[in-house]
Amino acid sequence: MSSQAFLALADGTVFNGVSCGAACDLPGEAVFNTGMSGYQEIVSDPSYFGQIVTLSTAEVGNYGCNDEDMESRGVFLNGLIVQNLNPPSSWRSRQSLDDLLKQSKRPILSGVDTRRLVLHIREKGTQKAWLHADGTDLSVEEAVAKARAWSGLDGLDCAAKVAAAKPYVWSEKGDLHVVVIDCGVKYNILRQLAAAGFRVTVVPCGTTAEEIFKLRPNGVLLSNGPGDPDGVVGVVDCVKKLLGKVPVMGICLGHQILGLACGARTGRLHFGHHGCNHPVKNLLTNTVEITSQNHNFAIMPDSLGGNLEITHVNLNDGTIEGVRHKTLPAFSVQYHPEAAPGPFDARYLFGQFKELMQKH
Amino acid sequence: MPRRTDIHKIMLLGAGPVVIGQGCEFDYSGVQACKALKREGYEIVLLNSNPATIMTDTEFADRTYLEPMTPEYLHEIIRRERPDALLPTLGGQTALNLAMEAWRSGVLKRYHVELIGADANAIARAEDRRLFKATMDSIGIRSANSDSAHSLKEAMVIARAIGKWPLIVRPGFTLGGSGGGIAHDEAEFKTIVERGLEASLNHEVLVEESLLGWKEYEMEVMCDKRGTSVIVCSIENMDPMGVHTGDSITVAPAMTLTDREYQAMREDSLNVMRAIGIQTGGSNVQWAVNPQNGERLIIEMNPRVSRSSALASKATGFPIAKIAALLAVGYSLDELRNDITENTPACFEPVLDYVVVKMPRFTFEKFPAANSTLGTQMKAVGEAMSIGRNFNQAFQKAIRSLETGHWGFGLEKKQVDFDQLDDEKIAAELARPNADRVYMLHAALKHGWPLEKIQELTGFDMFYLRKLAELAAFETTIENTPESLRKAKELGYSDRQLALALGMDELAIRDLRKKYGIHPAYGTVDTCAGEFAATTPYYYSTYAEYDEPVRDVAGRKKIMILGGGPNRIGQGIEFDCCCCHAVFALKDAGYETIMVNSNPETVSTDYDTADCLYFEPLTFEDVLNIYEREQCDGVIVQLGGQTPLNLATELENAGVKIIGTPPTDIDAADDRGIFKEIAKQVGIRQPASGMAADAEDACRIAAKIGYPVLVRPSFVLGGRAMAIVNQEDALRSYMAEATRVSEGHPILIDKFLSDAQELDVDCLSDGRDTVVGAIMEHVEQAGIHSGDSACSIPPRDLSEAVLAEIHTASRKLAKALHVVGLMNIQFAVQHDTLYVIEVNPRASRTVPFASKATGVPLAKHAALCMAGKTLAELGFTQSPRIPYSAFKEAVFPFAKFPGVDITLSPEMKSTGEVMGLDIDAANAYLKSQDAAGNRIPRSGGLFLSIRDADKSLALPYIKHLAEVHQFEFYATAGTGEMLYAAGIPCHAVFRLTAGRPNLRDLILEKKIGWIVNIPDVGDDGAKMRSLAIEFGLPITTTTAALQMATEGLGNSAVDAGRVDICSLQEYHRMVANAACAE
Repeated sequence: MSSQAFLALADGTVFNGVSCGAACDLPGEAVFNTGMSGYQEIVSDPSYFGQIVTLSTAEVGNYGCNDEDMESRGVFLNGLIVQNLNPPSSWRSRQSLDDLLKQSKRPILSGVDTRRLVLHIREKGTQKAWLHADGTDLSVEEAVAKARAWSGLDGLDCAAKVAAAKPYVWSEKGDLHVVVIDCGVKYNILRQLAAAGFRVTVVPCGTTAEEIFKLRPNGVLLSNGPGDPDGVVGVVDCVKKLLGKVPVMGICLGHQILGLACGARTGRLHFGHHGCNHPVKNLLTNTVEITSQNHNFAIMPDSLGGNLEITHVNLNDGTIEGVRHKTLPAFSVQYHPEAAPGPFDARYLFGQFKELMQKH
Repeated sequence: MPRRTDIHKIMLLGAGPVVIGQGCEFDYSGVQACKALKREGYEIVLLNSNPATIMTDTEFADRTYLEPMTPEYLHEIIRRERPDALLPTLGGQTALNLAMEAWRSGVLKRYHVELIGADANAIARAEDRRLFKATMDSIGIRSANSDSAHSLKEAMVIARAIGKWPLIVRPGFTLGGSGGGIAHDEAEFKTIVERGLEASLNHEVLVEESLLGWKEYEMEVMCDKRGTSVIVCSIENMDPMGVHTGDSITVAPAMTLTDREYQAMREDSLNVMRAIGIQTGGSNVQWAVNPQNGERLIIEMNPRVSRSSALASKATGFPIAKIAALLAVGYSLDELRNDITENTPACFEPVLDYVVVKMPRFTFEKFPAANSTLGTQMKAVGEAMSIGRNFNQAFQKAIRSLETGHWGFGLEKKQVDFDQLDDEKIAAELARPNADRVYMLHAALKHGWPLEKIQELTGFDMFYLRKLAELAAFETTIENTPESLRKAKELGYSDRQLALALGMDELAIRDLRKKYGIHPAYGTVDTCAGEFAATTPYYYSTYAEYDEPVRDVAGRKKIMILGGGPNRIGQGIEFDCCCCHAVFALKDAGYETIMVNSNPETVSTDYDTADCLYFEPLTFEDVLNIYEREQCDGVIVQLGGQTPLNLATELENAGVKIIGTPPTDIDAADDRGIFKEIAKQVGIRQPASGMAADAEDACRIAAKIGYPVLVRPSFVLGGRAMAIVNQEDALRSYMAEATRVSEGHPILIDKFLSDAQELDVDCLSDGRDTVVGAIMEHVEQAGIHSGDSACSIPPRDLSEAVLAEIHTASRKLAKALHVVGLMNIQFAVQHDTLYVIEVNPRASRTVPFASKATGVPLAKHAALCMAGKTLAELGFTQSPRIPYSAFKEAVFPFAKFPGVDITLSPEMKSTGEVMGLDIDAANAYLKSQDAAGNRIPRSGGLFLSIRDADKSLALPYIKHLAEVHQFEFYATAGTGEMLYAAGIPCHAVFRLTAGRPNLRDLILEKKIGWIVNIPDVGDDGAKMRSLAIEFGLPITTTTAALQMATEGLGNSAVDAGRVDICSLQEYHRMVANAACAE
């Protein structure tokens, strides 16, 4: 334990805490998540690649970690900030959160006034940060300078860094074959597809349209993933070729990629959406679903052009949460119908994907 | 879809009197609903028999009926008002049951009243055990296996069907649930079943799968008619299954569920609601989870706003009742705003960045004979909630919020007794759910027990045990350093605990803290963990870096109102009413009002009652912190009952400006010696009295003033440990007990005025002028606690001379005590001579009743007087006269404490009150009895047992009942002889222990519909009275009450089987008209 551990933001603000997890220093994009459960899903969600995630909920680690709730093969975020870190108490636990992050070589800063941090990010927006937890002497000024000097995630093809290196088969059973383009896919998307009765093949995000067609998919799912959609040019080009030839469903980054492929633009949100309680209105059915969200970028409404129509909007801030192609079999949502963590209100979208595949 | 325009007039049902299991949370929900629907332009008709509610203030509804909540009265009100819709889901089980009865009887259909907020079939599916189980089976949700058996053979079949031990056996319909048990194997099962069948009055036992040790959860669900559903809050019980959730320590949000488990529970909760058929509104779904494997069973669902909804609303900032009311009239969740953020919609799930702990408040000290083991029947009379940034902080704040003399978890004087217990006792008390289990747990930790052992005994989750172990370990390390003290404050330790740890006094710790720069910070309950800006100032204290800035009030003066803390017997909703009224009046007058309270059930802790709400423990430290932060211009302590009064002197000494009657005068009125002088000076008679330090002293004084004497310790509220003593032996045994209870305070001894009439007077003073707000005459004679006594406005038989003397005496006393605000005086009239018994220069529990009866908002006026207004400015210069009668009747928790004697005494035992209003006094009394659930039958079998002293007094009424109403009498030997002598036929009945047929047999044969038992001090009728409670029979225990009932039955309307109704607004108009006529 070091009394020296802290998080320094690029704007010079510092948050003190106690070093847990791995004793190391890392840069990252400081964001917050307001979900009250699901820390294991969060730390193992590849979409958090390069980010330092603050959990606003008061007590963390309470139920430990287990094998079934991993959302990927490892931990991709660069640091976790919590108020109180606890040892596990749950029949499902196999490992403590502390150990999981130690093993993944990622630091946890505990004992932080996370409300102060959340309000700061809310006001000042997402920013670059340096998490100092390696136990060495580092001045605040040096840490702030390191945060500022970090190149950040904008324009970077983060997906390539987290996606699978080779194609693999997730599920062999099913009449309909879904190919998932892995930009940092969460396992629960794959679990949900398999549960919906699909045969599922996962391909890395660099895979070309031609290679995908060779797999004879009935549908292609563009997965979630980290970072700036403008950085994943290759996938956008691939999707342009897929459109109209095979039904496409996009989730989160996949949604933004679909938007880009259809000519829309994406932009950065002030502090993003990260949580499990965002109300989204389905404009087609006029119903509201409570959704799991994790994104810093969104499709800009003024850039939709003639091909896309809005199907879902966020009721908190009016941002676009879902689109579909007006003529071609393609739709996407900004949020996470696979939940994990979060509510399952939007699970119906996998059924919608099935109908689309059956029709085309 | 916006609100419905096809309905205009909506009838709302309140919850009636406060009882255990149904407290003032339903006033909170009713107020929210009334406000929301009125704002939408609907005409509101309200029925609630409880005068001590804010919802029954005349401005919250267009027509307010303070009438009994029975089908007859509901029918009559519907017939008169013709509402378009009835909203029954905000008044607890009382409202729901009443609405269902009206639905079943066809009343709603006949008058075209639509049930909104819940569908009758849905309610039936949720409430009927078998229907509910079938519905759950149909959606694949498992409920506990259970079935009823009438023989051992049947029971064995059920046991085999369930297929695993242990099994719970509950006899059906027994006195006090006796005869049941947990069977761990077949042999044990056979024994318990046989015993249970024997104990059961209908020879039935329920055999149930055991969920003991399982974790218990509650999910608060909201849905709209479009199918949008949200979970407002998840609540995790610290006490595992087996303890009623109202008696459990509960925590929000759920602490020990993985997201996968939580989401599955969330989805199932929504599915349950859909399967039951709830279309709109709030519901509550309870789950049991096996901690070994995550297996989950449904326990029950409430298709209405519940106690937990109130807790969830306060815990999250999401106004469940208000939203439920708006959904019931057609809105959908996305059309409604989140009041706290104002910019986001209500269709979201609140998230917390803090931990909420609720602790139940018990009053077993009031009912020493009651079984203090907690079980499936709720026994708590109140609760406190606290908010902290970690579990330990919230937990310790909750303990001190309870106001039971504990300062936190460990490091406090009361803990010492527990820590000194031996291992055997600790183990036994940990295994037995009881009110002190937390302190036992500390003792176990101090004794160095491994957590596994404590877990085995208590079933508490390891998460909580580790947290508490952290505290127990930390307390030994506290030292006088900034780091150590900061850590201690972060863990929730109070200054008082730290003072004990460091051997300093509390103020020294406070100074030290300040010197080290350790100040509390305040966080906001904002529904969204900081994601959006909150506009509502709803705060809690913590020790963190970020401190919410003190809001700018543009130069307005700030007045802090201290609430009453958790409900308990003697201090309940009445005081919260007064606090709310003060807030309303001061807000209207342009002040910035700051409310401090720890009771989640109340209207005062609604975020839009005061301008600014602090959900904090009512202790010196916590209150002073807020005062200093807010730089208040004044603090009101006289409206929240004993809680704020106990803090007044200490606060004043610390420089706090108390407005209204000075604390020294409040203390003076409480000090026998000083008050005796004051009474003498102003020339008011007092019963002879004395003050005793020990038994010898007491006997000497009693001998001098003559028996009977009334004895009680000084400085307690609700008349704890008060008694009437007839002789020296009894006095000695009383003294032995009382000196222990009162912790060093002297014992007061008064001459008891036999056969005197007792009066309660609430008056108001601005410091110069004093006006009597109401004179209330007790139905029961002196010797019964005023809180337990029925009383009437106007008084019924006082001479003009005595009335005039009351006014004069009130003025003189107010002047002598420098009263600014409210003062309550208890007088006794013996043979036309007025005595003053007690003066309390503060709001009393009769203030809301007096205000409802007269239409004069006493507490509002009081607050304005304290802020500097004169009575003349308020236009209150004359005592109101009412051309009708109002009766208050108390409601008791005896049914929850089987075996406890229900005889009324100077010790207060009631939890709530009802009001009966009528042009005719006797009819008003009957209404108050109907409303209290003590419905006097109009004819039938009447059991009589009357003490010798009252026999001749009671005889005329008994004669009347025999001759006019043709009651059939049953009586024990002594009373029977009197009846024979008077020529009234009667059946002889054995005493319960003397032979058969006895009263119990007669009740079982349904021959008796009313019990009149006027007991002697110390007689053995307790069992008899308990029987009446068990079987829900009306019981009358004083001759005065018998007289009122007899007169009431003689009323022509009652005779004709009709009920008379009239709204409070109409009554108040009568007062205004009568005043004009004068």
